[in-house]
Amino acid sequence: MTGVEFVGVSKTYGVDANEVHALRDVDLTVNEGELVAIMGASGSGKSTLLTIAGTLEHASVGTVRVKGKDVSALSKSERARLRRQSIGYVFQDLNLLAGLTAAENVSLPLELDGVGIREARRAAVEALERMGMGERADRFPDQLSGGERQRVAVARAVVGQRDVLLADEPTGALDSVNGESVMRLLRAACLDGVAGIVVTHDAQLASWADRVVFLRDGRVVDQTARVPDIDTLLADEGQP
Amino acid sequence: MSVRHALLALLSEGPKIGLRLREEFEQRTGDVWPLNVGQVYTTLQRLERDGLIESNASDDDGQQKDYRITEDGRHEVDVWLRTPPAAIPPRDELVIKVLVAIGVPGVDLPAVLQSHRRRLVELMQTYTRLKEDATDDVRIALVVDAELFRLDALLRWLDAADVRIRAMADDARNAAPTEATVVTRRTIKVVGR
Repeated sequence: MTGVEFVGVSKTYGVDANEVHALRDVDLTVNEGELVAIMGASGSGKSTLLTIAGTLEHASVGTVRVKGKDVSALSKSERARLRRQSIGYVFQDLNLLAGLTAAENVSLPLELDGVGIREARRAAVEALERMGMGERADRFPDQLSGGERQRVAVARAVVGQRDVLLADEPTGALDSVNGESVMRLLRAACLDGVAGIVVTHDAQLASWADRVVFLRDGRVVDQTARVPDIDTLLADEGQP
Repeated sequence: MSVRHALLALLSEGPKIGLRLREEFEQRTGDVWPLNVGQVYTTLQRLERDGLIESNASDDDGQQKDYRITEDGRHEVDVWLRTPPAAIPPRDELVIKVLVAIGVPGVDLPAVLQSHRRRLVELMQTYTRLKEDATDDVRIALVVDAELFRLDALLRWLDAADVRIRAMADDARNAAPTEATVVTRRTIKVVGR
């Protein structure tokens, strides 16, 4: 099933002389169980694409569907519910609340959605355990390392039965090995059936995705094909 | 890649026969650089000729030779491990292609760069899958990382080339005399009189 679908989506900011085309006629389908990376230079429209997929902004033109629902046909409160229940975010700056423990940070979106405290706590601890953070559930963010905070942020994004996972430069300032573990977690979540979009300028992170889509000046200019297997690759004498 | 020194380093752990050396070499380098048997034995013969290893059996006694490292060999390994790789950069085919493309008339340079960019990312995806499947094997992770960083460096170079080539194209457009600049020049000339 389709997790996120863009059909002819354009996004324009400003008017007349100040008009900026952040996205132009973008078609993109991300299926459940698939992790797609969006790559492009600064200003190519990557983050705009992510905020529109997360229903935080509207497309100026075109149709955006999340779990098959046309987002523009939903009321404000229906969109808010869709965001709370179906969409998980990992932000570049993590946005963990300093006054809450790891488990409380993770259970918060469930509690806001009306899940009882005990059930939310159980789901949060389970999500933290999946991230290898079960023993740190009661620590506060400032008692955790950068890599551990990142894991808490991923746990918060996948807690409950989310269908869509959106990540904007999710490894932040982590070194490459810690960054890799974050990508492993995102990929594992997608293999469990979530539709994932990760926006990054880092090719090593993007290469964890099933498919890499290249944006340039707001347009999709290219995407990777099927990943060649290593034996085919070594047999192939051709150079890039 | 110095097969000679890598085999010598493997022998510093203890005596081994040629086939075992080949297996270990391939295993330790994540099966990324396959070796043929002939290559292994030729290398061992040269190492023995140079006094860096010795063997315990003659070719014609029907036994497989056990090779062991000599004191000179140990010294050689120690020096090799500390010696930095050659400083002269290899001729990179990608760099050559892009440099040549700049001069070829009618070539869509951004499209050329993008096709290489896509291919490099696809290669990186392949190597990343290898690493994903081999979670507990630090050697495979190290070999794959080396290749990923190399490909990543090429991609960054492509991105920089893209920006420079765009700027070059903009400069060329701006330098072409448009009607407006012609008028301005005339105006200046008139004022100058």
